[in-house]
Amino acid sequence: MRRYFLSFICLLCLSVFAFSQDGHEQPPVGQHGEGTVQHDAVCGPVEEHEFNPGATAFHHIADQNIYNIGPWSFPLPCFLYAPEQGWSIFSSGKFHIGHHGNGHAAVDRYALVEGSVRRITDPAFPSGEVQLEGTFLKKMEVDGKQKEVAFVCYGGKNYAADSKSTADGGLFGGGITSFYDFSMTKNVVTMLLVAALLAWMFFPVAKAYHVRDGMAPKGIQSFVEPIFIFIQDEVAKPFLGHKWEKYLPFLMSLFFFILGLNLFGQIPFFGNSNVTGNLAVTMVLAIITFLLVNLSGNKHYWSHVFWMPGVPAIVKILILTPVEIMGLFIKPVTLMLRLFANITAGHMVMVVFVGLIFIFGKGEVLPSSAAAVGSILLTIFMMAIELLVAFIQAYVFTILTASYIGAATEEAHHH
Amino acid sequence: MIFLSDFSVIKPDFGLLFWTAVIFLLFWFIIGKFAFRPIAAALRKRESDIQGSLDEAKRVRQEMANLKTENEALLVQAREERAKILKEAKDAGTKIVDEAKGKAKEEVQKIVASAKVQIENQKMAAITDLKNQVGAISLEIAEKVIRRELQGNAAQEAFVNDLVKEIKLN
Repeated sequence: MRRYFLSFICLLCLSVFAFSQDGHEQPPVGQHGEGTVQHDAVCGPVEEHEFNPGATAFHHIADQNIYNIGPWSFPLPCFLYAPEQGWSIFSSGKFHIGHHGNGHAAVDRYALVEGSVRRITDPAFPSGEVQLEGTFLKKMEVDGKQKEVAFVCYGGKNYAADSKSTADGGLFGGGITSFYDFSMTKNVVTMLLVAALLAWMFFPVAKAYHVRDGMAPKGIQSFVEPIFIFIQDEVAKPFLGHKWEKYLPFLMSLFFFILGLNLFGQIPFFGNSNVTGNLAVTMVLAIITFLLVNLSGNKHYWSHVFWMPGVPAIVKILILTPVEIMGLFIKPVTLMLRLFANITAGHMVMVVFVGLIFIFGKGEVLPSSAAAVGSILLTIFMMAIELLVAFIQAYVFTILTASYIGAATEEAHHH
Repeated sequence: MIFLSDFSVIKPDFGLLFWTAVIFLLFWFIIGKFAFRPIAAALRKRESDIQGSLDEAKRVRQEMANLKTENEALLVQAREERAKILKEAKDAGTKIVDEAKGKAKEEVQKIVASAKVQIENQKMAAITDLKNQVGAISLEIAEKVIRRELQGNAAQEAFVNDLVKEIKLN
């Protein structure tokens, strides 16, 4: 009992330590290395020293080009492509990762700001490796929209840097910029790690069924089997009828991949990865589901989409068919958004709860400690709920996918 | 849209799209093929094995029950048979005894009857013999009496007395 109490205290101290660094220096300004001090005036707008829980949360759930374990940052491989200068491949360690994911160096006009690679578009900026005097983010108006723009200081001058291209078509403030980032980011590494962990778990299980044929399950086999049978009997079989075996590997992959990533994201201080809370990840899963559903759709399914039997033609043309066609796309979009929103919300709430320490504490030791106790309790409660959400969202994604595949492959039966 | 400006997770970047697709598809094909499919097959095989065993047990139990009822029926039948046989044996025994008794009685009656006949015959023979002897004696006496009478009275009386004595000796 005493040991648990001690580890609880340690965790508390560690969390205060880890987050206090974020809290006091938001937004981060260029103050790294030698000779940066005299440039502080030029090197970044020292706007607000106040703790901003929203910005902190956004920073913590974002994908990054570095991997954080506790207070340490580990470099990751960068694969960058800019139409102007072609491919650049190097380790993000070349940026000389400093505090808060800000690089001390620029490589081929690329710089690391807030853990993300940016590209300096100004042709006056030198190519190759250069020492930077600082990096910062600044809110400003770009094309009539408020945006947070990254700047790097070099030679006493501020250079604006592009963020990587995103596929939101400008809808959420992104869009195509001067470069594409195909790096193995924190989320990619986490996905690889989770996939490897799942393989490490499932291959021995599969082997055990072969080796221990005709015997009762044992060890990890007995742990996996109930979950496996649950998905098989409660998800695959009821929705897919006699075709369940064909789609079982996909449903299982979906469930365990999402569950693994959801749970991995719950581990504190180990990457703080928010993989299933990233729209790109859920988008890919939803697109694959969309393709699988519609490629396995039979005549019955398509006739119900385009020409619903037993309904007057005018109703079909005006209402039913357009709605059905919209439905084809709305289904994967809801899958994508549901998982993304649930996991992102969970991660953000967690960061904001920890942020309460800095909102109430204002940097003083005593109120901070008092707030920490309340915040830790809330965070523990939230983590318990997030654990539930991790399972529920993986289950919901899988069961809805199963129902869509079931609807697409259902045999015609006369009403 | 300042709120969303730094909300990078909602902006799907091409790198993550690419890597997610690669990793998930590989995961699906490799783990699906080498883990999920074999596990599902093994589970299905085990399920059918268990179902088969249960069905077999049920069938055997049914068979046992059938055998038991059959045995019981046989037992009842055997018991009935035994009772029947016993009864028959008893009946036969009684019959034999009765028959024997009847025969014995008959025989006895026959013997008694023949004994009676014999006794009657003997009696008749004895009576006839006696009659004959009485007749003969009477004749003798009568002869002797008649002879004495012819000799005198006294002599006749003495003679009769002698005769009477003679009879007593007989």
